[in-house]
Amino acid sequence: MVDAEALTAWVREFARLVHEQRDELTRLDSAIGDADHGANLDRGMTAAVAALDAQSAAGPAAVLKTTATTLIKTVGGASGPLYGTFFLRAAGALDGVPDPTDPAALARAVRAGLDGVVARGKAERGDKTMLDALGPACDALDEALAAGKPLDEALGAAAQAAADGRDATEPLVARKGRASYLGERSAGHVDPGAASATLLVQAAATALAGRG
Amino acid sequence: MKKLINDPADVVADALRGMAAAHPDLRVDHENRVVFRGDAPRQGKVGLVSGGGSGHEPMHAGFVGLGMLDAACAGEVFTSPVPDQVAAATRGVDGGAGVLHIVKNYTGDVMNFEMAAELAAAETDTEVVAVVTDDDVAVKDSLYTAGRRGVGVTVLVEKLAGAAAEEGRPLAEVADVARRVNAAGRSMGMALTSCTVPAAGRPTFDLPDDEMEIGIGIHGEPGRRRVPLAPAREVAEMLLEPVLSDLDMTGGDGVIAFVNGMGGTPLIELYLMYAEVVAVLEKAGIGVARNLVGSYMTSLDMAGCSVTLLKADDELLRLWDAPVRTPSLRWGV
Repeated sequence: MVDAEALTAWVREFARLVHEQRDELTRLDSAIGDADHGANLDRGMTAAVAALDAQSAAGPAAVLKTTATTLIKTVGGASGPLYGTFFLRAAGALDGVPDPTDPAALARAVRAGLDGVVARGKAERGDKTMLDALGPACDALDEALAAGKPLDEALGAAAQAAADGRDATEPLVARKGRASYLGERSAGHVDPGAASATLLVQAAATALAGRG
Repeated sequence: MKKLINDPADVVADALRGMAAAHPDLRVDHENRVVFRGDAPRQGKVGLVSGGGSGHEPMHAGFVGLGMLDAACAGEVFTSPVPDQVAAATRGVDGGAGVLHIVKNYTGDVMNFEMAAELAAAETDTEVVAVVTDDDVAVKDSLYTAGRRGVGVTVLVEKLAGAAAEEGRPLAEVADVARRVNAAGRSMGMALTSCTVPAAGRPTFDLPDDEMEIGIGIHGEPGRRRVPLAPAREVAEMLLEPVLSDLDMTGGDGVIAFVNGMGGTPLIELYLMYAEVVAVLEKAGIGVARNLVGSYMTSLDMAGCSVTLLKADDELLRLWDAPVRTPSLRWGV
Protein backbone atom coordinates (compact mmCIF):
# COMPACT_ATOMS: atom_id res chain seq x y z
CA MET A 1 0.00 0.00 0.00
CA VAL A 2 1.50 3.31 -1.07
CA ASP A 3 0.23 5.34 1.86
CA ALA A 4 1.47 8.57 3.43
CA GLU A 5 4.08 6.69 5.40
CA ALA A 6 5.40 5.03 2.23
CA LEU A 7 5.58 8.35 0.37
CA THR A 8 7.36 9.94 3.32
CA ALA A 9 9.88 7.09 3.15
CA TRP A 10 10.36 7.86 -0.57
CA VAL A 11 11.04 11.53 0.10
CA ARG A 12 13.45 10.61 2.90
CA GLU A 13 15.30 8.13 0.75
CA PHE A 14 15.57 10.72 -2.03
CA ALA A 15 16.96 13.23 0.48
CA ARG A 16 19.44 10.64 1.72
CA LEU A 17 20.65 9.83 -1.80
CA VAL A 18 20.93 13.51 -2.74
CA HIS A 19 22.97 14.16 0.39
CA GLU A 20 25.20 11.16 -0.32
CA GLN A 21 25.64 12.14 -4.00
CA ARG A 22 25.84 15.88 -3.34
CA ASP A 23 29.45 16.26 -4.42
CA GLU A 24 28.98 14.05 -7.47
CA LEU A 25 25.97 16.14 -8.60
CA THR A 26 27.99 19.31 -8.12
CA ARG A 27 30.91 17.79 -10.02
CA LEU A 28 28.63 17.01 -12.98
CA ASP A 29 27.23 20.55 -12.77
CA SER A 30 30.75 22.04 -12.74
CA ALA A 31 31.45 20.47 -16.11
CA ILE A 32 28.48 21.94 -17.96
CA GLY A 33 26.65 24.22 -15.52
CA ASP A 34 27.44 26.36 -12.53
CA ALA A 35 28.55 23.95 -9.82
CA ASP A 36 25.61 24.25 -7.47
CA HIS A 37 23.14 21.45 -8.23
CA GLY A 38 24.24 19.15 -5.40
CA ALA A 39 24.34 21.92 -2.79
CA ASN A 40 20.96 23.37 -3.81
CA LEU A 41 19.03 20.12 -3.98
CA ASP A 42 20.60 18.89 -0.73
CA ARG A 43 19.54 22.11 1.00
CA GLY A 44 15.99 21.75 -0.34
CA MET A 45 15.55 18.08 0.44
CA THR A 46 16.97 18.51 3.95
CA ALA A 47 14.35 21.23 4.48
CA ALA A 48 11.62 19.00 3.01
CA VAL A 49 12.43 16.19 5.43
CA ALA A 50 12.40 18.67 8.31
CA ALA A 51 9.00 19.98 7.17
CA LEU A 52 7.61 16.43 6.99
CA ASP A 53 8.98 15.72 10.48
CA ALA A 54 7.20 18.80 11.78
CA GLN A 55 3.94 17.91 10.08
CA SER A 56 1.40 15.78 11.92
CA ALA A 57 -0.11 12.71 10.25
CA ALA A 58 -1.54 13.65 6.89
CA GLY A 59 -2.69 11.96 3.71
CA PRO A 60 -0.52 10.91 0.76
CA ALA A 61 -1.27 14.09 -1.20
CA ALA A 62 -0.29 16.28 1.77
CA VAL A 63 3.12 14.59 2.04
CA LEU A 64 3.94 15.40 -1.57
CA LYS A 65 2.49 18.91 -1.31
CA THR A 66 4.62 19.75 1.71
CA THR A 67 7.66 18.47 -0.14
CA ALA A 68 6.73 20.62 -3.14
CA THR A 69 6.15 23.87 -1.30
CA THR A 70 9.33 23.41 0.73
CA LEU A 71 11.40 22.88 -2.41
CA ILE A 72 9.84 25.91 -4.11
CA LYS A 73 10.56 28.02 -1.01
CA THR A 74 14.13 26.90 -0.43
CA VAL A 75 15.93 25.75 -3.57
CA GLY A 76 15.75 28.53 -6.17
CA GLY A 77 17.49 28.11 -9.50
CA ALA A 78 15.83 25.90 -12.06
CA SER A 79 15.74 22.79 -9.90
CA GLY A 80 13.53 24.40 -7.22
CA PRO A 81 10.60 25.19 -9.52
CA LEU A 82 11.07 21.98 -11.51
CA TYR A 83 11.23 19.49 -8.61
CA GLY A 84 8.66 21.59 -6.75
CA THR A 85 6.30 21.43 -9.70
CA PHE A 86 6.88 17.67 -10.02
CA PHE A 87 5.78 17.04 -6.43
CA LEU A 88 2.98 19.62 -6.58
CA ARG A 89 1.37 18.08 -9.67
CA ALA A 90 1.88 14.58 -8.27
CA ALA A 91 0.13 15.69 -5.07
CA GLY A 92 -2.71 17.15 -7.12
CA ALA A 93 -3.15 13.84 -8.94
CA LEU A 94 -3.50 11.97 -5.62
CA ASP A 95 -5.91 14.48 -4.14
CA GLY A 96 -9.52 13.29 -4.12
CA VAL A 97 -8.70 9.93 -5.72
CA PRO A 98 -10.85 7.12 -4.20
CA ASP A 99 -7.79 4.99 -3.37
CA PRO A 100 -4.58 7.02 -3.45
CA THR A 101 -2.66 4.04 -2.09
CA ASP A 102 -3.24 1.99 -5.25
CA PRO A 103 -0.01 1.53 -7.28
CA ALA A 104 -1.89 2.73 -10.37
CA ALA A 105 -2.60 6.00 -8.54
CA LEU A 106 1.14 6.37 -7.86
CA ALA A 107 1.89 5.85 -11.55
CA ARG A 108 -0.68 8.49 -12.50
CA ALA A 109 0.77 10.88 -9.92
CA VAL A 110 4.30 10.43 -11.25
CA ARG A 111 3.01 10.95 -14.79
CA ALA A 112 1.24 14.15 -13.69
CA GLY A 113 4.50 15.30 -12.09
CA LEU A 114 6.36 14.64 -15.32
CA ASP A 115 3.79 16.63 -17.31
CA GLY A 116 4.24 19.49 -14.84
CA VAL A 117 8.00 19.49 -15.37
CA VAL A 118 7.46 19.60 -19.15
CA ALA A 119 5.05 22.53 -18.82
CA ARG A 120 7.26 24.51 -16.41
CA GLY A 121 10.59 23.90 -18.13
CA LYS A 122 9.34 23.91 -21.73
CA ALA A 123 11.86 21.20 -22.52
CA GLU A 124 11.49 17.99 -24.50
CA ARG A 125 13.13 14.62 -24.20
CA GLY A 126 16.52 14.71 -25.86
CA ASP A 127 17.26 18.28 -24.69
CA LYS A 128 19.72 16.86 -22.11
CA THR A 129 17.66 17.58 -19.00
CA MET A 130 16.04 15.72 -16.11
CA LEU A 131 13.26 14.70 -18.53
CA ASP A 132 15.65 12.27 -20.19
CA ALA A 133 15.66 10.18 -17.00
CA LEU A 134 12.16 10.93 -15.70
CA GLY A 135 10.36 10.36 -19.01
CA PRO A 136 11.64 6.82 -19.69
CA ALA A 137 11.10 5.96 -16.00
CA CYS A 138 7.40 6.92 -16.23
CA ASP A 139 7.00 4.92 -19.42
CA ALA A 140 8.65 1.86 -17.86
CA LEU A 141 6.47 2.13 -14.75
CA ASP A 142 3.27 2.38 -16.79
CA GLU A 143 4.23 -0.48 -19.08
CA ALA A 144 5.17 -2.81 -16.24
CA LEU A 145 1.99 -2.10 -14.29
CA ALA A 146 -0.13 -2.47 -17.44
CA ALA A 147 1.53 -5.87 -17.99
CA GLY A 148 0.36 -6.89 -14.53
CA LYS A 149 3.81 -6.79 -12.91
CA PRO A 150 3.97 -6.18 -9.15
CA LEU A 151 4.93 -2.68 -7.94
CA ASP A 152 8.43 -3.77 -6.85
CA GLU A 153 9.24 -5.04 -10.27
CA ALA A 154 7.67 -2.04 -12.01
CA LEU A 155 9.68 0.42 -9.89
CA GLY A 156 12.83 -1.62 -10.52
CA ALA A 157 12.21 -1.30 -14.25
CA ALA A 158 11.58 2.43 -13.84
CA ALA A 159 14.85 2.90 -11.95
CA GLN A 160 16.73 1.01 -14.66
CA ALA A 161 15.06 3.10 -17.37
CA ALA A 162 15.99 6.31 -15.51
CA ALA A 163 19.62 5.23 -15.18
CA ASP A 164 19.75 4.28 -18.87
CA GLY A 165 18.20 7.62 -19.79
CA ARG A 166 20.70 9.44 -17.59
CA ASP A 167 23.65 7.64 -19.20
CA ALA A 168 22.24 8.39 -22.63
CA THR A 169 22.48 12.15 -21.94
CA GLU A 170 26.28 11.98 -22.08
CA PRO A 171 26.74 12.39 -25.86
CA LEU A 172 23.85 14.87 -26.22
CA VAL A 173 24.23 18.57 -26.93
CA ALA A 174 22.16 20.51 -24.38
CA ARG A 175 19.28 22.56 -25.74
CA LYS A 176 17.78 23.80 -22.49
CA GLY A 177 19.10 25.13 -19.20
CA ARG A 178 22.51 26.51 -18.43
CA ALA A 179 24.37 23.70 -20.16
CA SER A 180 22.91 24.87 -23.48
CA TYR A 181 25.19 27.93 -23.37
CA LEU A 182 28.13 25.64 -24.05
CA GLY A 183 26.73 24.48 -27.37
CA GLU A 184 28.71 21.53 -28.75
CA ARG A 185 30.97 21.60 -25.71
CA SER A 186 28.11 20.29 -23.55
CA ALA A 187 28.47 16.89 -25.25
CA GLY A 188 30.56 14.30 -23.42
CA HIS A 189 29.10 14.96 -19.98
CA VAL A 190 26.18 13.37 -18.11
CA ASP A 191 23.44 15.89 -17.36
CA PRO A 192 23.29 16.67 -13.62
CA GLY A 193 19.48 17.05 -13.70
CA ALA A 194 19.11 13.62 -15.27
CA ALA A 195 21.44 12.28 -12.58
CA SER A 196 19.37 13.71 -9.70
CA ALA A 197 16.10 12.60 -11.36
CA THR A 198 17.53 9.08 -11.48
CA LEU A 199 18.09 9.28 -7.72
CA LEU A 200 14.42 10.24 -7.32
CA VAL A 201 13.32 7.09 -9.15
CA GLN A 202 15.88 4.88 -7.43
CA ALA A 203 14.63 6.22 -4.09
CA ALA A 204 11.09 5.17 -5.03
CA ALA A 205 12.29 1.69 -5.96
CA THR A 206 14.08 1.32 -2.62
CA ALA A 207 11.58 2.99 -0.30
CA LEU A 208 8.42 1.52 -1.84
CA ALA A 209 9.80 -2.03 -2.18
CA GLY A 210 7.45 -4.54 -0.63
CA ARG A 211 4.61 -2.04 -0.41
CA GLY A 212 2.83 -3.03 -3.63
CA MET B 1 39.94 27.84 -1.51
CA LYS B 2 41.05 31.10 0.08
CA LYS B 3 38.13 33.42 0.78
CA LEU B 4 37.14 35.99 3.40
CA ILE B 5 34.20 33.98 4.70
CA ASN B 6 33.06 32.36 7.91
CA ASP B 7 31.18 29.38 6.55
CA PRO B 8 30.32 28.66 2.89
CA ALA B 9 26.69 28.17 3.91
CA ASP B 10 26.46 31.66 5.46
CA VAL B 11 28.07 33.78 2.73
CA VAL B 12 24.89 35.46 1.49
CA ALA B 13 23.40 36.13 4.93
CA ASP B 14 26.70 37.47 6.29
CA ALA B 15 27.20 39.76 3.28
CA LEU B 16 23.67 41.17 3.67
CA ARG B 17 24.47 42.01 7.29
CA GLY B 18 27.43 43.98 6.00
CA MET B 19 25.34 45.77 3.40
CA ALA B 20 22.83 46.76 6.06
CA ALA B 21 25.61 48.08 8.29
CA ALA B 22 27.29 50.00 5.46
CA HIS B 23 24.15 51.54 4.01
CA PRO B 24 21.71 52.68 6.67
CA ASP B 25 19.62 54.40 3.98
CA LEU B 26 18.66 50.96 2.69
CA ARG B 27 16.34 48.55 4.50
CA VAL B 28 17.39 44.91 4.52
CA ASP B 29 14.81 42.18 5.08
CA HIS B 30 17.16 39.48 6.32
CA GLU B 31 14.48 36.80 6.50
CA ASN B 32 13.50 37.15 2.84
CA ARG B 33 16.93 38.37 1.74
CA VAL B 34 15.57 41.46 0.05
CA VAL B 35 17.32 44.85 0.01
CA PHE B 36 14.81 47.74 -0.18
CA ARG B 37 15.16 51.46 -0.71
CA GLY B 38 14.70 52.96 2.73
CA ASP B 39 11.68 54.94 1.55
CA ALA B 40 9.93 52.09 -0.31
CA PRO B 41 7.14 51.89 -1.22
CA ARG B 42 6.96 55.31 -2.88
CA GLN B 43 3.34 56.23 -3.47
CA GLY B 44 2.50 56.72 -7.13
CA LYS B 45 5.90 55.56 -8.37
CA VAL B 46 6.39 52.37 -10.36
CA GLY B 47 8.38 49.94 -8.21
CA LEU B 48 11.42 48.27 -9.79
CA VAL B 49 12.37 44.82 -8.54
CA SER B 50 15.31 42.81 -9.74
CA GLY B 51 17.30 40.01 -8.27
CA GLY B 52 19.19 36.91 -9.07
CA GLY B 53 21.82 34.65 -7.72
CA SER B 54 24.39 36.21 -5.41
CA GLY B 55 28.03 36.40 -6.47
CA HIS B 56 27.51 39.17 -9.05
CA GLU B 57 27.95 42.10 -6.65
CA PRO B 58 27.40 44.97 -6.83
CA MET B 59 24.49 43.76 -9.01
CA HIS B 60 21.69 43.84 -7.89
CA ALA B 61 21.57 45.15 -4.31
CA GLY B 62 24.28 47.72 -5.06
CA PHE B 63 21.85 49.36 -7.48
CA VAL B 64 19.03 49.90 -4.99
CA GLY B 65 18.29 53.55 -4.36
CA LEU B 66 17.08 56.76 -5.92
CA GLY B 67 16.89 56.58 -9.71
CA MET B 68 17.44 52.84 -9.95
CA LEU B 69 15.93 49.79 -8.18
CA ASP B 70 13.40 49.82 -5.34
CA ALA B 71 14.30 46.31 -4.23
CA ALA B 72 16.73 43.53 -5.03
CA CYS B 73 16.33 39.86 -4.07
CA ALA B 74 19.49 37.93 -3.24
CA GLY B 75 19.47 34.24 -4.08
CA GLU B 76 22.09 31.75 -3.01
CA VAL B 77 25.39 32.09 -4.89
CA PHE B 78 24.63 31.71 -8.62
CA THR B 79 21.11 30.49 -7.82
CA SER B 80 18.03 32.54 -8.58
CA PRO B 81 15.94 33.77 -5.65
CA VAL B 82 12.85 31.75 -4.73
CA PRO B 83 9.30 32.96 -5.52
CA ASP B 84 8.61 33.93 -1.88
CA GLN B 85 11.50 36.40 -1.94
CA VAL B 86 10.37 38.01 -5.17
CA ALA B 87 6.78 38.16 -3.89
CA ALA B 88 7.96 39.86 -0.68
CA ALA B 89 9.97 42.38 -2.70
CA THR B 90 6.99 43.04 -4.97
CA ARG B 91 4.67 43.69 -2.01
CA GLY B 92 7.27 45.93 -0.40
CA VAL B 93 7.69 48.26 -3.38
CA ASP B 94 4.08 48.46 -4.53
CA GLY B 95 3.14 52.12 -4.29
CA GLY B 96 -0.03 51.72 -6.32
CA ALA B 97 1.52 52.34 -9.74
CA GLY B 98 2.52 48.76 -10.47
CA VAL B 99 5.77 46.86 -10.30
CA LEU B 100 8.36 46.09 -12.97
CA HIS B 101 10.37 42.87 -12.64
CA ILE B 102 13.75 43.01 -14.36
CA VAL B 103 14.80 39.41 -14.96
CA LYS B 104 17.97 38.12 -16.55
CA ASN B 105 17.28 35.36 -19.06
CA TYR B 106 18.32 32.25 -17.20
CA THR B 107 16.02 29.25 -16.91
CA GLY B 108 15.86 29.41 -13.11
CA ASP B 109 15.45 33.17 -12.85
CA VAL B 110 12.64 33.23 -15.39
CA MET B 111 10.78 30.33 -13.71
CA ASN B 112 11.07 31.74 -10.17
CA PHE B 113 10.01 35.25 -11.22
CA GLU B 114 7.09 33.76 -13.17
CA MET B 115 5.95 31.80 -10.13
CA ALA B 116 6.30 34.95 -7.98
CA ALA B 117 4.18 36.97 -10.42
CA GLU B 118 1.54 34.21 -10.28
CA LEU B 119 1.62 34.40 -6.47
CA ALA B 120 1.35 38.20 -6.51
CA ALA B 121 -1.58 38.05 -8.93
CA ALA B 122 -3.36 35.52 -6.71
CA GLU B 123 -2.81 37.50 -3.51
CA THR B 124 -3.25 41.13 -4.52
CA ASP B 125 -4.26 43.24 -7.45
CA THR B 126 -0.74 44.57 -7.96
CA GLU B 127 0.02 44.93 -11.62
CA VAL B 128 3.33 43.24 -12.44
CA VAL B 129 5.14 43.46 -15.76
CA ALA B 130 8.31 41.47 -16.33
CA VAL B 131 11.04 42.44 -18.76
CA VAL B 132 13.60 39.73 -19.47
CA THR B 133 17.09 40.83 -20.53
CA ASP B 134 18.92 38.73 -23.14
CA ASP B 135 21.88 40.59 -24.60
CA ASP B 136 24.69 38.03 -24.69
CA VAL B 137 25.69 37.44 -28.30
CA ALA B 138 27.85 34.46 -27.30
CA VAL B 139 24.67 32.40 -27.14
CA LYS B 140 22.61 31.54 -30.16
CA ASP B 141 19.04 32.76 -29.82
CA SER B 142 16.56 30.28 -31.22
CA LEU B 143 13.35 28.53 -30.35
CA TYR B 144 15.37 25.42 -29.57
CA THR B 145 17.69 26.91 -26.97
CA ALA B 146 17.27 28.67 -23.65
CA GLY B 147 17.95 31.87 -25.62
CA ARG B 148 20.61 34.50 -25.10
CA ARG B 149 21.71 35.17 -21.52
CA GLY B 150 20.97 38.40 -19.75
CA VAL B 151 24.27 40.05 -18.87
CA GLY B 152 25.75 43.59 -18.97
CA VAL B 153 22.72 45.29 -20.43
CA THR B 154 20.84 44.47 -17.23
CA VAL B 155 22.82 47.16 -15.40
CA LEU B 156 21.90 49.69 -18.09
CA VAL B 157 18.23 48.63 -18.00
CA GLU B 158 18.15 49.12 -14.23
CA LYS B 159 19.66 52.60 -14.55
CA LEU B 160 17.54 53.81 -17.47
CA ALA B 161 14.19 52.27 -16.47
CA GLY B 162 14.92 53.41 -12.91
CA ALA B 163 15.33 56.98 -14.12
CA ALA B 164 12.07 56.73 -16.08
CA ALA B 165 10.24 55.46 -12.98
CA GLU B 166 11.75 58.25 -10.88
CA GLU B 167 10.20 60.76 -13.31
CA GLY B 168 6.81 59.37 -12.31
CA ARG B 169 6.08 57.72 -15.64
CA PRO B 170 3.47 54.94 -15.76
CA LEU B 171 4.30 51.24 -15.72
CA ALA B 172 3.73 50.71 -19.45
CA GLU B 173 6.22 53.46 -20.32
CA VAL B 174 8.83 52.32 -17.80
CA ALA B 175 8.55 48.76 -19.13
CA ASP B 176 8.85 50.12 -22.66
CA VAL B 177 12.12 51.88 -21.78
CA ALA B 178 13.42 48.62 -20.29
CA ARG B 179 12.49 46.64 -23.41
CA ARG B 180 13.94 49.27 -25.72
CA VAL B 181 17.26 49.26 -23.86
CA ASN B 182 17.42 45.48 -23.94
CA ALA B 183 16.65 45.43 -27.66
CA ALA B 184 19.34 48.03 -28.43
CA GLY B 185 22.08 46.50 -26.26
CA ARG B 186 24.50 43.64 -26.92
CA SER B 187 27.29 42.09 -24.84
CA MET B 188 30.15 39.64 -25.03
CA GLY B 189 32.41 38.43 -22.23
CA MET B 190 35.67 36.60 -21.70
CA ALA B 191 37.51 34.97 -18.82
CA LEU B 192 41.18 34.69 -17.89
CA THR B 193 40.42 32.42 -14.94
CA SER B 194 37.52 30.45 -13.56
CA CYS B 195 35.80 31.45 -10.34
CA THR B 196 35.40 29.47 -7.13
CA VAL B 197 31.88 28.98 -5.77
CA PRO B 198 32.19 28.94 -1.95
CA ALA B 199 30.02 25.83 -1.55
CA ALA B 200 32.02 23.97 -4.22
CA GLY B 201 35.39 24.97 -2.77
CA ARG B 202 37.39 24.74 -5.97
CA PRO B 203 37.46 26.49 -9.35
CA THR B 204 34.47 25.65 -11.55
CA PHE B 205 36.72 24.91 -14.52
CA ASP B 206 40.42 24.62 -15.22
CA LEU B 207 42.00 27.15 -17.51
CA PRO B 208 45.72 26.87 -18.30
CA ASP B 209 47.91 29.96 -17.83
CA ASP B 210 48.29 30.50 -21.58
CA GLU B 211 44.63 30.21 -22.54
CA MET B 212 41.40 32.18 -22.16
CA GLU B 213 37.68 31.49 -22.56
CA ILE B 214 35.69 33.59 -25.02
CA GLY B 215 31.93 33.93 -24.69
CA ILE B 216 31.54 33.20 -20.98
CA GLY B 217 28.50 33.96 -18.88
CA ILE B 218 28.47 35.23 -15.32
CA HIS B 219 28.20 31.95 -13.43
CA GLY B 220 31.56 30.39 -14.10
CA GLU B 221 30.07 28.43 -16.93
CA PRO B 222 32.75 27.91 -19.55
CA GLY B 223 32.50 29.91 -22.78
CA ARG B 224 31.89 28.95 -26.36
CA ARG B 225 35.53 28.40 -27.15
CA ARG B 226 38.97 28.36 -25.64
CA VAL B 227 41.75 30.23 -27.40
CA PRO B 228 45.41 31.12 -26.75
CA LEU B 229 45.95 34.18 -24.59
CA ALA B 230 46.19 37.33 -26.73
CA PRO B 231 47.03 41.03 -26.24
CA ALA B 232 44.17 43.27 -25.00
CA ARG B 233 43.98 44.86 -28.46
CA GLU B 234 43.04 41.51 -29.98
CA VAL B 235 40.72 40.62 -27.11
CA ALA B 236 38.79 43.85 -27.71
CA GLU B 237 38.35 42.86 -31.34
CA MET B 238 37.26 39.33 -30.41
CA LEU B 239 34.60 40.75 -28.09
CA LEU B 240 33.38 43.56 -30.34
CA GLU B 241 33.29 41.70 -33.64
CA PRO B 242 30.30 39.49 -32.67
CA VAL B 243 28.56 42.44 -30.96
CA LEU B 244 28.86 44.69 -34.00
CA SER B 245 27.93 41.98 -36.47
CA ASP B 246 24.79 41.23 -34.44
CA LEU B 247 23.50 44.80 -34.28
CA ASP B 248 24.35 47.85 -36.36
CA MET B 249 25.59 50.44 -33.86
CA THR B 250 26.45 53.18 -36.37
CA GLY B 251 24.44 56.38 -36.75
CA GLY B 252 22.05 57.70 -34.15
CA ASP B 253 23.41 59.46 -31.12
CA GLY B 254 26.31 57.12 -30.51
CA VAL B 255 26.58 54.35 -27.97
CA ILE B 256 26.86 53.88 -24.24
CA ALA B 257 29.99 51.73 -23.92
CA PHE B 258 30.26 49.60 -20.79
CA VAL B 259 33.47 47.74 -19.97
CA ASN B 260 32.70 45.48 -17.04
CA GLY B 261 35.11 43.58 -14.82
CA MET B 262 34.24 40.02 -13.80
CA GLY B 263 35.46 40.45 -10.22
CA GLY B 264 39.10 39.42 -10.32
CA THR B 265 40.46 41.94 -12.81
CA PRO B 266 41.96 45.23 -11.57
CA LEU B 267 40.66 48.58 -12.79
CA ILE B 268 43.95 49.36 -14.53
CA GLU B 269 43.27 46.49 -16.93
CA LEU B 270 39.66 47.57 -17.40
CA TYR B 271 40.75 51.08 -18.40
CA LEU B 272 43.34 49.56 -20.70
CA MET B 273 40.56 47.48 -22.27
CA TYR B 274 38.33 50.54 -22.53
CA ALA B 275 41.04 52.31 -24.55
CA GLU B 276 41.16 49.34 -26.93
CA VAL B 277 37.37 49.26 -27.19
CA VAL B 278 37.27 52.96 -28.06
CA ALA B 279 39.94 52.40 -30.72
CA VAL B 280 37.93 49.60 -32.35
CA LEU B 281 34.76 51.70 -32.25
CA GLU B 282 36.50 54.71 -33.77
CA LYS B 283 37.71 52.56 -36.63
CA ALA B 284 34.12 51.34 -37.13
CA GLY B 285 32.82 54.92 -37.16
CA ILE B 286 30.90 54.54 -33.92
CA GLY B 287 30.87 57.42 -31.46
CA VAL B 288 30.84 56.86 -27.72
CA ALA B 289 28.27 59.14 -26.09
CA ARG B 290 28.64 57.85 -22.52
CA ASN B 291 30.66 55.14 -20.82
CA LEU B 292 30.85 53.03 -17.73
CA VAL B 293 34.07 51.31 -16.68
CA GLY B 294 34.33 49.12 -13.62
CA SER B 295 33.24 45.87 -12.01
CA TYR B 296 29.46 46.13 -11.82
CA MET B 297 28.28 42.65 -12.74
CA THR B 298 30.78 40.14 -11.51
CA SER B 299 31.24 36.42 -11.36
CA LEU B 300 32.77 36.09 -7.88
CA ASP B 301 36.56 36.09 -8.30
CA MET B 302 36.68 35.37 -12.01
CA ALA B 303 39.28 37.41 -13.91
CA GLY B 304 38.13 38.79 -17.23
CA CYS B 305 35.73 41.32 -18.62
CA SER B 306 32.69 41.88 -20.74
CA VAL B 307 31.86 44.64 -23.17
CA THR B 308 28.32 45.95 -23.60
CA LEU B 309 27.28 48.44 -26.24
CA LEU B 310 23.93 50.20 -26.15
CA LYS B 311 22.79 52.16 -29.17
CA ALA B 312 21.58 55.36 -27.59
CA ASP B 313 19.20 58.16 -28.49
CA ASP B 314 18.41 61.54 -26.92
CA GLU B 315 15.95 60.13 -24.47
CA LEU B 316 18.19 57.31 -23.27
CA LEU B 317 21.10 59.74 -22.81
CA ARG B 318 18.89 62.07 -20.80
CA LEU B 319 17.80 59.12 -18.61
CA TRP B 320 21.44 58.06 -18.28
CA ASP B 321 22.41 61.52 -17.03
CA ALA B 322 19.51 61.66 -14.55
CA PRO B 323 20.47 61.60 -10.85
CA VAL B 324 21.19 58.23 -9.28
CA ARG B 325 22.08 57.49 -5.67
CA THR B 326 22.82 53.84 -4.93
CA PRO B 327 25.72 52.14 -3.13
CA SER B 328 27.54 51.45 -6.41
CA LEU B 329 26.30 53.96 -8.97
CA ARG B 330 25.84 57.58 -8.01
CA TRP B 331 25.95 60.85 -9.85
CA GLY B 332 23.97 64.05 -10.24
CA VAL B 333 22.92 64.20 -6.59
